[in-house]
Amino acid sequence: MNAPLSFNAALLAIALPLASGALAAGLEQVFNHVQADKTRVDFVFKQMNVPIEGHFGKVRTDLVFDAAAPAKSSVRLELDLASIDAGSSEANSEVLGKPWFNVKDNPTATFVSTAVKPLGGNRFEVVGNLSLKGKTQPLTAPVTVTRQGDTATFDGGFTLKRLEFAIGDGMWADTSVVANDVDVRFHAVARSATAK
Amino acid sequence: MPSWPHYTVAARAAHWLMAALMLAAFPLGVYMHDLPLSPLKLQLVSYHKWLGVAVLLLILPRLVVRLAHTPPAPLPAPTWQQKTAVATHLLLYALMIAVPVTGWLMSSAKGFPVVFLGVLPLPDLVGKNKELGELFMAAHEILNYTLLGLVGLHIAAALKHHFIDRDRTLSRMLPVLERVR
Repeated sequence: MNAPLSFNAALLAIALPLASGALAAGLEQVFNHVQADKTRVDFVFKQMNVPIEGHFGKVRTDLVFDAAAPAKSSVRLELDLASIDAGSSEANSEVLGKPWFNVKDNPTATFVSTAVKPLGGNRFEVVGNLSLKGKTQPLTAPVTVTRQGDTATFDGGFTLKRLEFAIGDGMWADTSVVANDVDVRFHAVARSATAK
Repeated sequence: MPSWPHYTVAARAAHWLMAALMLAAFPLGVYMHDLPLSPLKLQLVSYHKWLGVAVLLLILPRLVVRLAHTPPAPLPAPTWQQKTAVATHLLLYALMIAVPVTGWLMSSAKGFPVVFLGVLPLPDLVGKNKELGELFMAAHEILNYTLLGLVGLHIAAALKHHFIDRDRTLSRMLPVLERVR
């Protein structure tokens, strides 16, 4: 009975590292553990041609980046609109109101990807739908992925036409005061499944 | 040109242009400050900043003009009045620099860059910092009311010379010089 046991043990000793190695090699290609504290959504808008920087403090990100099959990747972003910093306390209270985000009725904005297309190298195009203030519109954003060990960093951006979502309507619709274009940038960090 | 001593064309132009800029910027600043946030407020704040930058742009050539040409000698007056005039003029020059600079500092600290005429971005003098922003706002306000007081004194003295002393202290700085006498 001793001999088969040691044979099994020997088999295991060979098979386990091989199996786990193969498993790790396969899984480290998939980045899906989002580092919430390193994820940011920033924006720059212009009022009277003066660039003002802002950001959202609370962003929920779910993403899967499959390095081996990028088309299988997906991302979902959920912004808590009330967590906005629009550059000043005066602006922060103003943008929560009806002409702007109307957070009472629409507390969040969401982006859900429908496709990820490789653009060559570490660049990808994320196609999806942005839902904001009761409106949903298709959105395409280029994203650059930087991989370092078990960590992948995603940087992307797009230009939001605020009036397409009725953000700042009524007296604020005058784009000579607050420009229609808002540059939105997002930065996310995710680790691969094998990482702790 | 009259034969009696007067300020040069450049000195008079700089003086009255500066007066016009300050006369526009000051009440605009007071008015816009209390407005609730609106597109109009954002426009007025920008115009106010542009006027302030214009003051800063004008002060340099104005100082050059002042140093390049000796102004006409003060007309006879008691020594304390002459000393007060010298001190007032020095302070006015200092405030023509300090008032717009504190406004610029305040803008930078509050995170609103200054873009002159909506086309020329000025560098931020300090990084965004709430406490610093409030400090510069207080300084801007105090210096402005000091300026208001000094301008009041300046105007009162000019009118006193003109209507009570009946001398040419004001006449020699007027945009159009009298040809008679």
